Amino acid sequence: MDKLLRLLSENSAFTTAQLAMMLDEPEDYIKAQIAEYESSGVIRGYQAVVNWDEVPDSGVMAMIELKVAPQLQKGFDDIAEKILDYKEVESVYLMAGSYDLLLTVKGRTIQEISSFVAKRLAAMNGILSTATHFMLKRYKENGVSLVDVKKDGREMVI
Amino acid sequence: MNYSEKLTPSILSVKPSGIRRFFDIVNEMDHVISLSVGEPDFQTPWHVRQAGISSLEQGKTWYTPNRGFRELCQEITKFYQRKYNLTYSPTEECVVTVGGSEAIDVAIRCMASRGDEVLIPQPSFVCYEPLTVMAGATPVIIETRAEDAFRLKPEQLEEKITERTKLLILPYPNNPTGGIMERADLEAIAAVVKKHDLMVLSDEIYSELTYEGKQHVSIASIDGMHERTVVINGFSKSYAMTGWRLGYALAPKEIAEMLVKLHQFCIMSAPTTAQYAAIEALRNGDSDIEEMRNEYDMRRRFVVGSLNKMGLTCFKPEGAFYCFPCIKSTGLSSEEFCTRLLQSKHVALVPGSAFGESGEGYVRLSYSYSIKHLTRAMELIRDFLKELQDESNG
Repeated sequence: MDKLLRLLSENSAFTTAQLAMMLDEPEDYIKAQIAEYESSGVIRGYQAVVNWDEVPDSGVMAMIELKVAPQLQKGFDDIAEKILDYKEVESVYLMAGSYDLLLTVKGRTIQEISSFVAKRLAAMNGILSTATHFMLKRYKENGVSLVDVKKDGREMVI
Repeated sequence: MNYSEKLTPSILSVKPSGIRRFFDIVNEMDHVISLSVGEPDFQTPWHVRQAGISSLEQGKTWYTPNRGFRELCQEITKFYQRKYNLTYSPTEECVVTVGGSEAIDVAIRCMASRGDEVLIPQPSFVCYEPLTVMAGATPVIIETRAEDAFRLKPEQLEEKITERTKLLILPYPNNPTGGIMERADLEAIAAVVKKHDLMVLSDEIYSELTYEGKQHVSIASIDGMHERTVVINGFSKSYAMTGWRLGYALAPKEIAEMLVKLHQFCIMSAPTTAQYAAIEALRNGDSDIEEMRNEYDMRRRFVVGSLNKMGLTCFKPEGAFYCFPCIKSTGLSSEEFCTRLLQSKHVALVPGSAFGESGEGYVRLSYSYSIKHLTRAMELIRDFLKELQDESNG
Protein backbone atom coordinates (compact mmCIF):
# COMPACT_ATOMS: atom_id res chain seq x y z
CA MET A 1 0.00 0.00 0.00
CA ASP A 2 1.07 3.58 -0.61
CA LYS A 3 3.06 4.56 2.50
CA LEU A 4 1.86 8.16 2.41
CA LEU A 5 -1.78 7.10 2.41
CA ARG A 6 -1.14 4.61 5.18
CA LEU A 7 0.43 7.30 7.37
CA LEU A 8 -2.34 9.81 6.66
CA SER A 9 -5.03 7.24 7.35
CA GLU A 10 -3.35 6.57 10.70
CA ASN A 11 -2.96 10.23 11.57
CA SER A 12 -4.09 12.97 9.21
CA ALA A 13 -2.65 15.57 11.60
CA PHE A 14 0.92 14.80 10.50
CA THR A 15 2.42 17.91 8.95
CA THR A 16 3.89 17.69 5.47
CA ALA A 17 7.32 18.34 7.05
CA GLN A 18 6.89 15.33 9.34
CA LEU A 19 5.67 13.14 6.50
CA ALA A 20 8.61 14.23 4.37
CA MET A 21 11.05 13.17 7.09
CA MET A 22 9.37 9.83 7.67
CA LEU A 23 9.20 8.97 3.99
CA ASP A 24 12.56 10.47 3.07
CA GLU A 25 11.05 12.60 0.32
CA PRO A 26 11.20 16.37 -0.30
CA GLU A 27 8.37 18.27 1.36
CA ASP A 28 7.26 19.74 -1.96
CA TYR A 29 6.83 16.25 -3.36
CA ILE A 30 4.65 15.27 -0.38
CA LYS A 31 2.53 18.41 -0.82
CA ALA A 32 2.07 17.71 -4.53
CA GLN A 33 1.23 14.07 -3.86
CA ILE A 34 -1.42 15.00 -1.30
CA ALA A 35 -2.89 17.63 -3.64
CA GLU A 36 -3.14 14.99 -6.36
CA TYR A 37 -4.86 12.52 -4.04
CA GLU A 38 -7.29 15.25 -3.02
CA SER A 39 -8.12 16.34 -6.55
CA SER A 40 -8.48 12.81 -7.90
CA GLY A 41 -10.80 11.89 -5.02
CA VAL A 42 -8.57 9.28 -3.41
CA ILE A 43 -8.52 11.47 -0.30
CA ARG A 44 -12.06 12.65 0.43
CA GLY A 45 -11.55 14.41 3.74
CA TYR A 46 -9.80 14.48 7.09
CA GLN A 47 -11.51 13.58 10.36
CA ALA A 48 -10.66 13.08 13.99
CA VAL A 49 -11.28 9.63 15.46
CA VAL A 50 -13.73 10.51 18.24
CA ASN A 51 -14.79 8.14 20.96
CA TRP A 52 -18.42 9.30 21.12
CA ASP A 53 -18.99 7.08 24.15
CA GLU A 54 -16.97 9.61 26.10
CA VAL A 55 -19.01 12.58 24.89
CA PRO A 56 -22.21 13.35 26.87
CA ASP A 57 -25.44 13.53 24.86
CA SER A 58 -23.70 12.46 21.68
CA GLY A 59 -26.67 10.36 20.61
CA VAL A 60 -27.00 6.74 19.50
CA MET A 61 -25.69 4.73 16.60
CA ALA A 62 -27.28 1.82 14.77
CA MET A 63 -26.16 -0.58 12.09
CA ILE A 64 -29.00 -1.32 9.69
CA GLU A 65 -29.09 -4.25 7.33
CA LEU A 66 -31.23 -3.74 4.26
CA LYS A 67 -32.51 -6.27 1.78
CA VAL A 68 -33.08 -4.52 -1.50
CA ALA A 69 -34.65 -5.47 -4.82
CA PRO A 70 -31.99 -4.64 -7.40
CA GLN A 71 -33.12 -2.57 -10.37
CA LEU A 72 -32.63 -3.50 -13.94
CA GLN A 73 -29.19 -2.39 -15.17
CA LYS A 74 -28.62 -0.14 -12.15
CA GLY A 75 -28.35 -2.93 -9.57
CA PHE A 76 -28.08 -1.42 -6.09
CA ASP A 77 -26.42 1.87 -7.02
CA ASP A 78 -29.54 3.92 -7.51
CA ILE A 79 -31.07 3.11 -4.17
CA ALA A 80 -27.71 3.36 -2.36
CA GLU A 81 -27.22 6.85 -3.75
CA LYS A 82 -30.69 7.88 -2.61
CA ILE A 83 -30.01 6.55 0.87
CA LEU A 84 -26.67 8.31 1.32
CA ASP A 85 -28.37 11.69 0.93
CA TYR A 86 -30.08 11.32 4.32
CA LYS A 87 -28.06 13.29 6.84
CA GLU A 88 -28.74 10.59 9.49
CA VAL A 89 -26.76 8.09 7.41
CA GLU A 90 -23.04 8.01 8.22
CA SER A 91 -21.97 5.22 5.91
CA VAL A 92 -23.39 2.91 3.26
CA TYR A 93 -21.82 -0.35 2.07
CA LEU A 94 -22.90 -2.95 -0.46
CA MET A 95 -22.36 -6.36 1.09
CA ALA A 96 -22.03 -9.95 -0.01
CA GLY A 97 -24.07 -12.36 2.10
CA SER A 98 -27.53 -12.55 3.58
CA TYR A 99 -28.42 -8.90 3.07
CA ASP A 100 -27.48 -6.24 0.52
CA LEU A 101 -26.78 -2.84 2.06
CA LEU A 102 -25.29 -2.07 5.45
CA LEU A 103 -25.79 1.41 6.89
CA THR A 104 -24.54 3.13 9.96
CA VAL A 105 -27.05 5.66 11.16
CA LYS A 106 -26.74 8.29 13.84
CA GLY A 107 -29.59 9.83 15.84
CA ARG A 108 -30.26 11.68 19.05
CA THR A 109 -32.38 8.91 20.55
CA ILE A 110 -33.41 5.31 19.82
CA GLN A 111 -36.87 6.65 18.98
CA GLU A 112 -35.46 9.02 16.40
CA ILE A 113 -33.60 6.22 14.63
CA SER A 114 -36.63 3.90 14.83
CA SER A 115 -38.78 6.57 13.29
CA PHE A 116 -36.19 7.20 10.54
CA VAL A 117 -36.13 3.48 9.70
CA ALA A 118 -39.87 3.05 9.72
CA LYS A 119 -40.90 6.25 7.98
CA ARG A 120 -38.03 6.85 5.58
CA LEU A 121 -36.01 3.75 4.85
CA ALA A 122 -38.57 0.97 5.00
CA ALA A 123 -40.95 3.10 3.01
CA MET A 124 -38.58 3.51 0.08
CA ASN A 125 -39.34 1.72 -3.15
CA GLY A 126 -37.25 -1.40 -3.54
CA ILE A 127 -36.52 -1.96 0.17
CA LEU A 128 -37.65 -5.48 1.00
CA SER A 129 -36.75 -5.63 4.68
CA THR A 130 -34.71 -3.93 7.39
CA ALA A 131 -32.93 -5.17 10.53
CA THR A 132 -31.75 -2.57 13.00
CA HIS A 133 -28.93 -3.22 15.50
CA PHE A 134 -28.25 -0.54 18.11
CA MET A 135 -24.65 -0.07 19.09
CA LEU A 136 -23.91 -0.50 22.79
CA LYS A 137 -20.21 0.17 23.14
CA ARG A 138 -17.28 1.04 20.89
CA TYR A 139 -13.98 -0.83 21.28
CA LYS A 140 -12.15 0.15 18.11
CA GLU A 141 -12.83 2.80 15.48
CA ASN A 142 -10.99 3.27 12.17
CA GLY A 143 -8.09 1.11 13.31
CA VAL A 144 -7.75 3.01 16.58
CA SER A 145 -8.33 1.21 19.86
CA LEU A 146 -10.79 3.04 22.09
CA VAL A 147 -9.91 0.88 25.06
CA ASP A 148 -7.53 2.49 27.55
CA VAL A 149 -4.00 2.39 26.18
CA LYS A 150 -1.99 -0.48 27.60
CA LYS A 151 0.90 0.67 29.75
CA ASP A 152 4.35 0.17 28.23
CA GLY A 153 5.33 -3.05 29.94
CA ARG A 154 9.03 -2.74 29.17
CA GLU A 155 11.39 -2.51 32.09
CA MET A 156 14.58 -0.56 32.17
CA VAL A 157 17.37 -3.10 32.37
CA ILE A 158 21.09 -2.53 32.96
CA MET B 1 30.28 -8.08 59.15
CA ASN B 2 32.72 -6.53 56.74
CA TYR B 3 31.26 -7.91 53.54
CA SER B 4 33.83 -6.27 51.31
CA GLU B 5 36.34 -8.75 52.74
CA LYS B 6 33.99 -11.56 51.76
CA LEU B 7 33.60 -10.39 48.17
CA THR B 8 36.20 -10.49 45.42
CA PRO B 9 38.20 -7.40 44.49
CA SER B 10 36.94 -7.85 40.92
CA ILE B 11 33.25 -7.51 41.67
CA LEU B 12 33.92 -4.69 44.10
CA SER B 13 35.84 -2.81 41.42
CA VAL B 14 33.00 -3.05 38.88
CA LYS B 15 31.13 0.25 38.69
CA PRO B 16 27.33 0.07 38.80
CA SER B 17 25.67 0.63 35.43
CA GLY B 18 25.19 4.29 34.56
CA ILE B 19 21.84 3.52 32.95
CA ARG B 20 20.64 1.85 36.13
CA ARG B 21 21.46 4.86 38.30
CA PHE B 22 19.62 7.22 36.01
CA PHE B 23 16.60 4.98 35.88
CA ASP B 24 16.23 4.77 39.58
CA ILE B 25 15.34 8.49 39.30
CA VAL B 26 13.00 7.92 36.34
CA ASN B 27 11.12 5.19 38.19
CA GLU B 28 10.31 7.60 41.00
CA MET B 29 8.48 9.95 38.62
CA ASP B 30 4.97 9.80 37.17
CA HIS B 31 3.95 10.33 33.53
CA VAL B 32 7.43 10.08 32.08
CA ILE B 33 7.72 10.04 28.29
CA SER B 34 10.56 7.62 27.93
CA LEU B 35 12.84 7.21 24.93
CA SER B 36 15.19 5.09 26.89
CA VAL B 37 14.50 1.40 26.69
CA GLY B 38 16.78 -0.82 24.66
CA GLU B 39 14.29 -3.35 23.39
CA PRO B 40 11.72 -3.54 20.59
CA ASP B 41 8.24 -2.15 21.27
CA PHE B 42 6.80 -4.88 19.05
CA GLN B 43 5.51 -8.07 20.56
CA THR B 44 7.04 -11.35 19.47
CA PRO B 45 5.21 -12.33 16.25
CA TRP B 46 2.15 -14.42 17.07
CA HIS B 47 3.20 -17.52 15.10
CA VAL B 48 6.45 -17.56 17.09
CA ARG B 49 4.65 -17.23 20.42
CA GLN B 50 2.30 -19.97 19.33
CA ALA B 51 5.19 -22.36 18.68
CA GLY B 52 6.31 -21.76 22.27
CA ILE B 53 2.80 -22.26 23.61
CA SER B 54 2.31 -25.41 21.58
CA SER B 55 5.53 -26.91 22.95
CA LEU B 56 4.23 -26.25 26.47
CA GLU B 57 0.87 -27.82 25.63
CA GLN B 58 2.70 -30.91 24.49
CA GLY B 59 4.54 -31.01 27.79
CA LYS B 60 7.97 -30.37 26.30
CA THR B 61 9.41 -29.00 29.50
CA TRP B 62 12.73 -30.81 29.88
CA TYR B 63 16.29 -29.61 29.46
CA THR B 64 17.56 -29.48 25.92
CA PRO B 65 20.99 -30.76 24.84
CA ASN B 66 23.69 -28.53 26.37
CA ARG B 67 24.53 -26.83 23.12
CA GLY B 68 20.85 -26.39 22.18
CA PHE B 69 18.45 -28.43 20.04
CA ARG B 70 20.14 -29.77 16.95
CA GLU B 71 17.21 -28.51 14.87
CA LEU B 72 17.71 -25.01 16.22
CA CYS B 73 21.46 -25.09 15.58
CA GLN B 74 20.68 -26.20 12.04
CA GLU B 75 18.31 -23.27 11.54
CA ILE B 76 20.84 -20.83 13.04
CA THR B 77 23.61 -21.97 10.74
CA LYS B 78 21.25 -21.87 7.75
CA PHE B 79 20.31 -18.32 8.73
CA TYR B 80 23.98 -17.23 8.81
CA GLN B 81 24.54 -18.92 5.48
CA ARG B 82 21.58 -17.29 3.79
CA LYS B 83 21.97 -13.83 5.33
CA TYR B 84 25.72 -13.34 5.73
CA ASN B 85 27.23 -16.01 3.55
CA LEU B 86 29.02 -17.77 6.40
CA THR B 87 29.28 -21.51 6.85
CA TYR B 88 29.24 -23.12 10.29
CA SER B 89 28.73 -26.70 11.35
CA PRO B 90 25.46 -26.95 13.30
CA THR B 91 26.78 -29.84 15.36
CA GLU B 92 30.24 -28.52 16.17
CA GLU B 93 30.37 -24.74 15.78
CA CYS B 94 27.14 -23.47 17.31
CA VAL B 95 26.02 -23.06 20.92
CA VAL B 96 22.65 -21.71 22.05
CA THR B 97 22.85 -19.45 25.09
CA VAL B 98 20.71 -17.43 27.50
CA GLY B 99 20.57 -14.29 25.38
CA GLY B 100 23.54 -12.80 23.58
CA SER B 101 24.71 -11.64 27.02
CA GLU B 102 25.58 -15.11 28.25
CA ALA B 103 27.42 -15.83 25.02
CA ILE B 104 29.49 -12.66 25.52
CA ASP B 105 30.33 -13.62 29.10
CA VAL B 106 31.25 -17.19 28.26
CA ALA B 107 33.30 -16.17 25.22
CA ILE B 108 35.29 -13.55 27.16
CA ARG B 109 35.93 -15.99 30.01
CA CYS B 110 37.08 -18.65 27.57
CA MET B 111 39.47 -16.36 25.73
CA ALA B 112 40.84 -13.83 28.23
CA SER B 113 42.30 -14.18 31.70
CA ARG B 114 44.79 -12.55 34.06
CA GLY B 115 47.46 -10.68 32.20
CA ASP B 116 45.47 -10.41 28.97
CA GLU B 117 44.16 -7.20 27.50
CA VAL B 118 40.77 -6.96 25.86
CA LEU B 119 40.14 -4.09 23.43
CA ILE B 120 36.73 -2.50 23.76
CA PRO B 121 35.54 0.24 21.37
CA GLN B 122 33.32 2.77 23.14
CA PRO B 123 30.66 4.15 23.20
CA SER B 124 29.21 0.67 23.39
CA PHE B 125 26.91 -1.61 25.33
CA VAL B 126 27.76 -1.56 29.00
CA CYS B 127 28.60 -5.21 29.66
CA TYR B 128 31.97 -5.77 27.94
CA GLU B 129 34.10 -3.91 30.46
CA PRO B 130 32.73 -5.50 33.67
CA LEU B 131 32.71 -8.98 32.14
CA THR B 132 36.35 -8.54 31.12
CA VAL B 133 37.21 -7.46 34.66
CA MET B 134 35.35 -10.47 36.08
CA ALA B 135 37.35 -12.73 33.77
CA GLY B 136 40.46 -11.31 35.41
CA ALA B 137 41.65 -9.59 32.23
CA THR B 138 42.26 -5.88 31.63
CA PRO B 139 39.86 -3.83 29.53
CA VAL B 140 41.52 -1.36 27.15
CA ILE B 141 39.15 1.24 25.76
CA ILE B 142 39.26 2.56 22.19
CA GLU B 143 37.25 5.74 21.77
CA THR B 144 35.40 5.92 18.46
CA ARG B 145 34.44 9.35 17.14
CA ALA B 146 31.36 10.95 15.63
CA GLU B 147 33.46 12.30 12.73
CA ASP B 148 34.33 8.67 11.85
CA ALA B 149 30.61 7.74 12.05
CA PHE B 150 31.59 5.92 15.27
CA ARG B 151 33.38 3.26 13.23
CA LEU B 152 36.53 1.61 14.54
CA LYS B 153 39.57 2.82 12.58
CA PRO B 154 42.57 0.53 12.01
CA GLU B 155 45.08 3.15 13.21
CA GLN B 156 43.14 3.55 16.48
CA LEU B 157 43.20 -0.20 16.91
CA GLU B 158 46.91 -0.48 16.10
CA GLU B 159 47.71 2.24 18.63
CA LYS B 160 46.18 0.29 21.52
CA ILE B 161 47.68 -3.12 20.76
CA THR B 162 50.40 -4.38 23.11
CA GLU B 163 52.06 -7.75 23.56
CA ARG B 164 49.31 -8.59 26.03
CA THR B 165 46.41 -7.88 23.69
CA LYS B 166 44.35 -11.01 23.22
CA LEU B 167 40.86 -10.14 22.12
CA LEU B 168 39.02 -7.38 20.26
CA ILE B 169 35.35 -6.78 20.95
CA LEU B 170 33.56 -5.60 17.81
CA PRO B 171 30.11 -4.27 18.75
CA TYR B 172 28.43 -3.46 15.40
CA PRO B 173 25.73 -2.45 14.52
CA ASN B 174 26.35 -0.38 17.60
CA ASN B 175 24.33 0.38 20.67
CA PRO B 176 24.19 3.35 21.50
CA THR B 177 25.50 5.17 18.41
CA GLY B 178 23.71 3.32 15.61
CA GLY B 179 27.08 3.10 13.81
CA ILE B 180 27.85 0.15 11.53
CA MET B 181 30.99 -1.29 9.93
CA GLU B 182 30.99 -1.83 6.18
CA ARG B 183 33.07 -4.41 4.34
CA ALA B 184 35.97 -2.03 3.61
CA ASP B 185 36.11 -0.96 7.29
CA LEU B 186 36.16 -4.60 8.37
CA GLU B 187 38.86 -5.53 5.88
CA ALA B 188 41.14 -2.84 7.33
CA ILE B 189 40.44 -4.04 10.88
CA ALA B 190 40.92 -7.69 9.87
CA ALA B 191 44.38 -6.91 8.50
CA VAL B 192 45.48 -5.51 11.88
CA VAL B 193 43.85 -8.38 13.77
CA LYS B 194 45.65 -10.97 11.63
CA LYS B 195 48.97 -9.13 11.83
CA HIS B 196 48.87 -9.22 15.64
CA ASP B 197 47.29 -12.68 15.89
CA LEU B 198 44.23 -11.49 17.86
CA MET B 199 40.81 -13.03 18.31
CA VAL B 200 37.59 -11.10 17.69
CA LEU B 201 34.31 -11.26 19.56
CA SER B 202 31.82 -9.86 17.05
CA ASP B 203 28.59 -8.88 18.80
CA GLU B 204 26.07 -8.85 15.95
CA ILE B 205 22.85 -8.73 17.97
CA TYR B 206 21.49 -5.86 15.80
CA SER B 207 22.62 -7.44 12.51
CA GLU B 208 19.11 -7.51 11.04
CA LEU B 209 18.48 -3.85 11.77
CA THR B 210 20.50 -1.89 9.24
CA TYR B 211 19.20 0.88 6.99
CA GLU B 212 19.99 2.93 3.90
CA GLY B 213 20.23 -0.28 1.92
CA LYS B 214 23.36 -1.32 3.79
CA GLN B 215 23.35 -5.02 4.63
CA HIS B 216 25.22 -6.16 7.71
CA VAL B 217 28.60 -7.73 7.01
CA SER B 218 30.15 -10.07 9.58
CA ILE B 219 33.89 -9.75 10.10
CA ALA B 220 33.97 -13.57 10.12
CA SER B 221 33.22 -13.45 6.39
CA ILE B 222 36.43 -11.51 5.64
CA ASP B 223 39.24 -13.65 4.31
CA GLY B 224 41.10 -15.49 7.09
CA MET B 225 38.75 -14.22 9.83
CA HIS B 226 36.39 -17.19 10.20
CA GLU B 227 39.05 -19.01 12.23
CA ARG B 228 39.65 -16.09 14.61
CA THR B 229 36.12 -14.82 15.23
CA VAL B 230 33.44 -15.70 17.73
CA VAL B 231 30.15 -14.39 16.35
CA ILE B 232 27.49 -13.52 18.92
CA ASN B 233 23.87 -13.05 17.93
CA GLY B 234 20.38 -13.78 19.24
CA PHE B 235 16.66 -13.41 18.87
CA SER B 236 15.95 -10.43 21.13
CA LYS B 237 16.27 -7.55 18.69
CA SER B 238 15.58 -9.11 15.30
CA TYR B 239 12.48 -11.07 16.30
CA ALA B 240 11.40 -8.91 19.27
CA MET B 241 12.08 -11.80 21.68
CA THR B 242 13.93 -10.09 24.53
CA GLY B 243 12.01 -11.79 27.32
CA TRP B 244 12.59 -15.27 25.90
CA ARG B 245 16.29 -14.92 26.72
CA LEU B 246 17.83 -16.67 23.77
CA GLY B 247 21.06 -16.03 21.92
CA TYR B 248 23.91 -17.98 20.39
CA ALA B 249 27.57 -18.07 19.54
CA LEU B 250 29.15 -19.33 16.32
CA ALA B 251 32.83 -20.15 16.51
CA PRO B 252 35.51 -22.47 15.17
CA LYS B 253 35.06 -26.01 16.53
CA GLU B 254 37.96 -25.85 19.02
CA ILE B 255 36.56 -22.69 20.59
CA ALA B 256 32.89 -23.69 20.39
CA GLU B 257 33.74 -26.87 22.33
CA MET B 258 35.11 -24.75 25.18
CA LEU B 259 32.12 -22.40 25.08
CA VAL B 260 29.84 -25.42 25.42
CA LYS B 261 31.96 -26.73 28.30
CA LEU B 262 31.60 -23.51 30.31
CA HIS B 263 27.96 -23.03 29.27
CA GLN B 264 27.00 -26.52 30.42
CA PHE B 265 28.54 -26.02 33.85
CA CYS B 266 27.08 -22.58 34.51
CA ILE B 267 23.74 -22.72 32.68
CA MET B 268 23.11 -26.34 31.65
CA SER B 269 20.97 -25.41 28.68
CA ALA B 270 19.09 -22.38 27.35
CA PRO B 271 15.31 -22.16 27.96
CA THR B 272 13.46 -25.01 26.23
CA THR B 273 10.25 -23.15 25.33
CA ALA B 274 12.27 -20.30 23.85
CA GLN B 275 14.21 -22.74 21.68
CA TYR B 276 11.01 -24.15 20.16
CA ALA B 277 9.80 -20.62 19.46
CA ALA B 278 13.17 -19.67 17.93
CA ILE B 279 13.03 -22.58 15.46
CA GLU B 280 9.72 -21.19 14.19
CA ALA B 281 11.15 -17.65 14.09
CA LEU B 282 14.09 -18.70 11.92
CA ARG B 283 11.94 -20.83 9.62
CA ASN B 284 9.07 -18.42 9.02
CA GLY B 285 10.05 -15.04 10.45
CA ASP B 286 11.89 -13.25 7.64
CA SER B 287 8.87 -11.14 6.76
CA ASP B 288 8.34 -10.17 10.41
CA ILE B 289 11.87 -8.80 10.50
CA GLU B 290 11.29 -6.84 7.33
CA GLU B 291 8.08 -5.31 8.62
CA MET B 292 9.69 -4.22 11.87
CA ARG B 293 12.79 -2.93 10.08
CA ASN B 294 10.64 -0.76 7.77
CA GLU B 295 8.84 0.68 10.75
CA TYR B 296 12.09 1.42 12.62
CA ASP B 297 13.49 2.99 9.48
CA MET B 298 10.59 5.41 9.19
CA ARG B 299 10.93 6.37 12.84
CA ARG B 300 14.69 6.75 12.44
CA ARG B 301 14.27 9.26 9.63
CA PHE B 302 11.62 11.12 11.55
CA VAL B 303 13.70 11.38 14.74
CA VAL B 304 16.98 12.27 13.02
CA GLY B 305 15.19 14.87 10.87
CA SER B 306 13.42 16.37 13.90
CA LEU B 307 16.61 16.52 15.98
CA ASN B 308 18.61 18.16 13.23
CA LYS B 309 15.81 20.65 12.67
CA MET B 310 15.86 21.72 16.30
CA GLY B 311 19.61 22.21 16.14
CA LEU B 312 20.88 19.03 17.82
CA THR B 313 23.50 17.67 15.46
CA CYS B 314 22.77 14.03 14.97
CA PHE B 315 25.00 11.52 13.29
CA LYS B 316 22.73 9.55 10.95
CA PRO B 317 22.51 6.10 12.49
CA GLU B 318 22.66 3.21 10.04
CA GLY B 319 21.84 0.37 12.39
CA ALA B 320 20.08 -0.73 15.60
CA PHE B 321 17.26 1.54 16.90
CA TYR B 322 19.10 4.38 18.56
CA CYS B 323 20.08 7.96 17.75
CA PHE B 324 23.04 9.50 19.47
CA PRO B 325 22.70 13.27 19.12
CA CYS B 326 25.47 15.61 20.26
CA ILE B 327 24.37 17.98 23.03
CA LYS B 328 27.66 19.84 23.43
CA SER B 329 26.09 23.01 21.97
CA THR B 330 23.95 23.32 25.12
CA GLY B 331 27.03 23.57 27.32
CA LEU B 332 25.62 20.86 29.58
CA SER B 333 27.15 17.49 30.39
CA SER B 334 25.12 14.52 29.15
CA GLU B 335 23.98 13.69 32.64
CA GLU B 336 22.97 17.31 33.34
CA PHE B 337 21.12 17.45 30.02
CA CYS B 338 19.17 14.27 30.76
CA THR B 339 18.42 15.22 34.35
CA ARG B 340 17.16 18.68 33.41
CA LEU B 341 15.13 17.35 30.48
CA LEU B 342 13.57 14.82 32.80
CA GLN B 343 12.77 17.41 35.47
CA SER B 344 11.51 20.06 33.09
CA LYS B 345 9.66 18.01 30.45
CA HIS B 346 9.46 14.51 31.93
CA VAL B 347 11.25 13.08 28.92
CA ALA B 348 13.77 10.35 29.69
CA LEU B 349 16.86 9.81 27.54
CA VAL B 350 20.04 8.01 28.56
CA PRO B 351 23.22 10.05 29.12
CA GLY B 352 25.87 9.09 26.58
CA SER B 353 28.41 8.88 29.38
CA ALA B 354 26.70 5.67 30.55
CA PHE B 355 28.29 3.97 27.50
CA GLY B 356 31.84 5.03 28.28
CA GLU B 357 33.68 8.31 28.74
CA SER B 358 33.69 8.94 25.01
CA GLY B 359 29.89 9.11 25.16
CA GLU B 360 30.15 12.34 27.13
CA GLY B 361 28.53 15.19 25.20
CA TYR B 362 25.94 12.84 23.66
CA VAL B 363 22.62 11.31 24.68
CA ARG B 364 21.05 8.04 23.58
CA LEU B 365 17.56 8.19 22.27
CA SER B 366 15.75 4.97 21.43
CA TYR B 367 13.21 5.12 18.61
CA SER B 368 11.68 1.84 19.58
CA TYR B 369 8.42 3.68 20.25
CA SER B 370 5.28 4.55 18.27
CA ILE B 371 5.39 7.57 15.97
CA LYS B 372 2.76 9.21 18.14
CA HIS B 373 4.98 8.82 21.20
CA LEU B 374 8.04 10.02 19.29
CA THR B 375 6.18 13.06 17.91
CA ARG B 376 5.21 14.16 21.40
CA ALA B 377 8.73 13.58 22.72
CA MET B 378 10.26 15.61 19.88
CA GLU B 379 7.95 18.55 20.66
CA LEU B 380 9.00 18.45 24.30
CA ILE B 381 12.72 18.24 23.52
CA ARG B 382 12.33 21.20 21.18
CA ASP B 383 10.60 23.19 23.93
CA PHE B 384 13.36 22.23 26.35
CA LEU B 385 16.07 23.46 23.98
CA LYS B 386 14.21 26.72 23.58
CA GLU B 387 14.07 27.09 27.35
CA LEU B 388 17.83 26.55 27.55
CA GLN B 389 18.37 29.11 24.85
CA ASP B 390 16.12 31.70 26.51
CA GLU B 391 18.01 31.08 29.72
CA SER B 392 21.39 31.76 28.16
CA ASN B 393 20.05 34.82 26.30
CA GLY B 394 18.29 36.26 29.22
